[in-house]
Formats: sequence, structure tokens, C-alpha cells
Amino acid sequence: MGMKSSTWTSRVSALFLKDFKSELRTRYSLNALIMFAVVTLTAISFSVGMFSLNSKVKASLFWIVIFFSAMSGLAQVFIKEEESKTSTILKLVASAETIFAGKLLYNLILLFFLELIVVPLFIVMLGFSILNYWLFFSVLILGSLGLVCATTIIAAIVAKASVKGALFAVLSFPILLPLLVTLINVTNLASEGASFSHGLRDLQVLFSYAVVMFVASFLLFDFVWEE
Amino acid sequence: MWWKILTGLLISIVVITIFLMPPPQKELGEVSRIFFFHVPVAWVTVLAFLFAMINSILYLSKKDPRYDIQAAVSSKLGFLFAILATLSGAIFAKSAWGSYWNWDPRETSIFILLLIYGAYLALRSAIEAEDRKANLSAVYSILAFITVPFLVFVVPRVFQSLHPADSVINSRIKIQIPFPVLSIFLCSLLGFSLLFIWIYKLEVKIILLDKKKHS
Repeated sequence: MGMKSSTWTSRVSALFLKDFKSELRTRYSLNALIMFAVVTLTAISFSVGMFSLNSKVKASLFWIVIFFSAMSGLAQVFIKEEESKTSTILKLVASAETIFAGKLLYNLILLFFLELIVVPLFIVMLGFSILNYWLFFSVLILGSLGLVCATTIIAAIVAKASVKGALFAVLSFPILLPLLVTLINVTNLASEGASFSHGLRDLQVLFSYAVVMFVASFLLFDFVWEE
Repeated sequence: MWWKILTGLLISIVVITIFLMPPPQKELGEVSRIFFFHVPVAWVTVLAFLFAMINSILYLSKKDPRYDIQAAVSSKLGFLFAILATLSGAIFAKSAWGSYWNWDPRETSIFILLLIYGAYLALRSAIEAEDRKANLSAVYSILAFITVPFLVFVVPRVFQSLHPADSVINSRIKIQIPFPVLSIFLCSLLGFSLLFIWIYKLEVKIILLDKKKHS
């Protein structure tokens, strides 16, 4: 059993490293993702200008930037395989669960990279203050998990359709809406310096969303991938 | 056959009585008659969503194209009823709250359903191959259904504070509705549900016959 699980994790990590290496070679998704985030951030910062926004608006803007940046980059994991016609080979060498886990991990790391850049920029450019860092980081981690679990399966769906770019956001938005609403709520709490226990209820929602989406997308991925 | 006659009877009873009887709620006056249309239509929207999800699960487990057609038809009808519910709700909102759109929890949830239906239909039109279309749209339909419990939990908590006027709607839900109003409301609910099933069956039959003709 231990043997089996270790080979599974090594297979997942091999798949992850393959994507990671090919990304480092071209830097296509990462560049697009980060530039998109910077551009939207600048647009917001410019349009806001001298106004001082309250923390609720800043929290909303923060997650809108993350959402649309994610929409511009996260679908690439599967689209890349379809465009370079490598998905058939991938099907032969790895099981569906392995592939999904690998892609999920890759998207998660990509999103963390994005947040690593957007958070400091947001603090600098919009004067986004965070008073409860623990709460903020748990929101960031749980939110990214939920976002990635929901969007990776949609990326797999979209990769097989014909109008990929626009469709990804259209399909993702209704599914991500409960997540985004909760994220904005807790991020607002964190930036106002509310206590950890204050945001606990929302964190529970985020956690259960991530778990439900993880299980559902794992079960459903087989059907997307098999044909 | 008998239920088709029943549908006709129910709908005609509803249409006649709701215009002849006094308005169901005195404070709101004439506008409140819209409840007899609006609520059943919204209910059918949710019913169609459930139908689409069940058919999607059946399709994925049995791989019978019939289930895919049924899922597609119920989504199409659901989209139509969602539009009707949104419009009739907006008309009511204008006269009760003063503006067509307020983002109150119910309006938000019906709007999200509209978005999900729209996304589902957009996905279907974006895929050419039949079984690929069936597979992927079934997966999406199930995925979308799973998020609904979260919406039910999350949305009211965010928007309720903005609209204390919501109590107008809530008072309707409480069971202090007089019996004639309640019975007509239930007739309308049953009538619209049967109407939905009728259109649904017809549409599925048409598509199946069309397929047979072309193959």
C-alpha cells in the first residue's frame, strides 16, 4: 500500500515537473498571467486616482483582479496539451487521476505565484492594509484551493470546445460566485483587523467548498478525459 | 392523456380565477396577482435544473444519447422559464420596491441560475461532436448543481442587509394565506409543472424523431 501510494505521488510529481519545466522554457502562462494582473491593477489604480476606497471595495477589487487573471492563465494547462496534440500520448502514459492531480498542483503553484506578485502590488498601489495577517493568509490559501479545484476541471472541459478563451470565464463565473462572495467577505474582515474567530464561519464555507469541488472534479474528470 | 386534460383545466381555472377574485394581498393591491404566475414559473426553473442534473448523471452512467437530449431540453426550457421568472419578478419589484432590480437574495439566485443555464447552452453550442458535447455538458451540469447549496447559504447573508423590504416577500411564504388563495396557488403550481413536463416530452419526441429521420 505504502509502495503504491509513493509511486502515485511520484507519478503526479513527474507530471507536475513536466509542466513546470515546459512552462519555464516558454513562460507563456506565467508571463500572460502576471502581465494581465499588472495591467488590470494599473487600470484600477489609474481610475481610482485620488479617491480613497474603503476596505470592502478594495477586497472586491483584489478578488476581481485575481479572478480575471486566473481566467486568462489557468486554462492553459489543458489547452496546451490539445494544441500541441500531446493529450493522446498523455492518456497512454498516465491514468486520469494522475493527470488531474498533476495539473491541479501545477495550477495551484501558478496561482500562488500570481498572488505573490499581486498582493504586494495591491498593498503598494492601492494602499490595501491588512491588519490580521493570519486570517488573510488562510483566506488566500483556502481561496486558491477552491478556485483551482473548480477551474481546473472547467479548463479540461474548455480545452475540448471551440471558443476556448471566452468560454472559460463564462463557465467558471457561476460556479465560482459563492466562493468569490465569501472570499471578499473574509478579506474585508482581515483588512479591517477582525479576530480570527470572527472569520471562522466564512473559512468553514471556503474549506467545504474546496473539499466538495475537489471530490466532485476528481470524480467527474474521468468523463471529461476518457473519450 | 388524462394529465394533459388536467393541465388544460388547471391553467384555465387559474387564469380565470386570479383575475376575478380580489387581489391576494391588500397592501400590495392589484400587483400581487402576479404571484400566481411568478412563483410557479420560478419553481419550474428550479425543477428544470433538477431534471437537467438527473439526466446528466444518467447519461454519464448509461451513455444513452436519449438522456443527453432530455438534459438539453430541460436546460433550454429552464432558461426560458428563468427569463420569464426574472421578468415577472422585475415587474413586481418595480411596483413594490420602486426599482426593477434590487439584488435581493431571490433576484440574485434566479440571476445566477440564468447565468448557469446560459453557460451550459453556450458550452453546448461550442462543441461539434455529438458524444463529446453530451459528455462535457453533462459534467458541467452536475458541477453547476453542486454549487447551488453554497449559493443558498452564502447569498442571503451578503445581500439581506441591503434590503429590509424583503419582508414583503417573506410574509407571503408564511402559512397565514387564506384557503382560496392557497388552493389557486397550488393549482397554478401543479398546472405549470405539468405544462413544463408536457413541453419537455414533446420537445424530446421531436428531437428523437428528427434524429431518426436524418440517420
